[in-house]
Amino acid sequence: MNGSNELRTPLKRAMGLGSAKDGTGHFMWQRVTAVALVLVGAYLLGMLLGLGGADYERARAIVSSPFNATLLAAFLIAASWHAKLGLQVVIEDYLHTPLLAGAAHLANIFICALAAIGGVLAIVRIALGS
Amino acid sequence: MASRERPLSPHLQVYKWQVQMVTSILHRATGVVLVVGLLAMVWGLMALAGGPDRWEAFAACVGAPFGQVVLFGFSWALAYHLFNGIRHLVQDAGYGWSIPAFVRSSWISVIGSLLLVVVVWSIVLARWGQA
Repeated sequence: MNGSNELRTPLKRAMGLGSAKDGTGHFMWQRVTAVALVLVGAYLLGMLLGLGGADYERARAIVSSPFNATLLAAFLIAASWHAKLGLQVVIEDYLHTPLLAGAAHLANIFICALAAIGGVLAIVRIALGS
Repeated sequence: MASRERPLSPHLQVYKWQVQMVTSILHRATGVVLVVGLLAMVWGLMALAGGPDRWEAFAACVGAPFGQVVLFGFSWALAYHLFNGIRHLVQDAGYGWSIPAFVRSSWISVIGSLLLVVVVWSIVLARWGQA
């Protein structure tokens, strides 16, 4: 260590460097999205069981019903968010070099965001019949 | 700061396998698999939005033997993550923390998810066969 820092305790040097102050949001949103996914997932499972086939016309009709379109979009947003939070923890646990970890965190955020945006746009296109 | 070899905590391979450990590992593994499943779902929705030809191409991929195996894998991963996720939510609320309760709820996650997948696939295959 350089001379100007040697009177500082190790605790003083460590404070402010960790993320211990903002982990609660991660914990809460993981559970909020989990509850949402249980509820919406149960509805979508019922929808799947009632389907009886997945030809083009039938699939379009199912997805374009306003209620189904709303819940499908909700499912995609909650699932992407939940996926981002979960993968973030996996990356934090296993990747320790700053470059690799940083690249993986960026890729995680970008891919999950694109999944949500692309999926919701597809639902909107189907629902509006274009 | 001095850098020297620190003692490490024992890793997975020194432990006797127990069901609570299997459910924990499987929860993370199925979670990672389900991210791929989510991308496949988005692929399907984009194909449906893209018109009959693209939907047919997607349906052919999913309907092929390999696609069916992958789809079955995704469905079990989802069922397992669902059961075990509910188990974790119950535990977050403070219930089921005794060791026997942990073991029992672990088995419910494993066996319940297998039962759910078999029931869902049976219903879907039976109904879609008639259509």
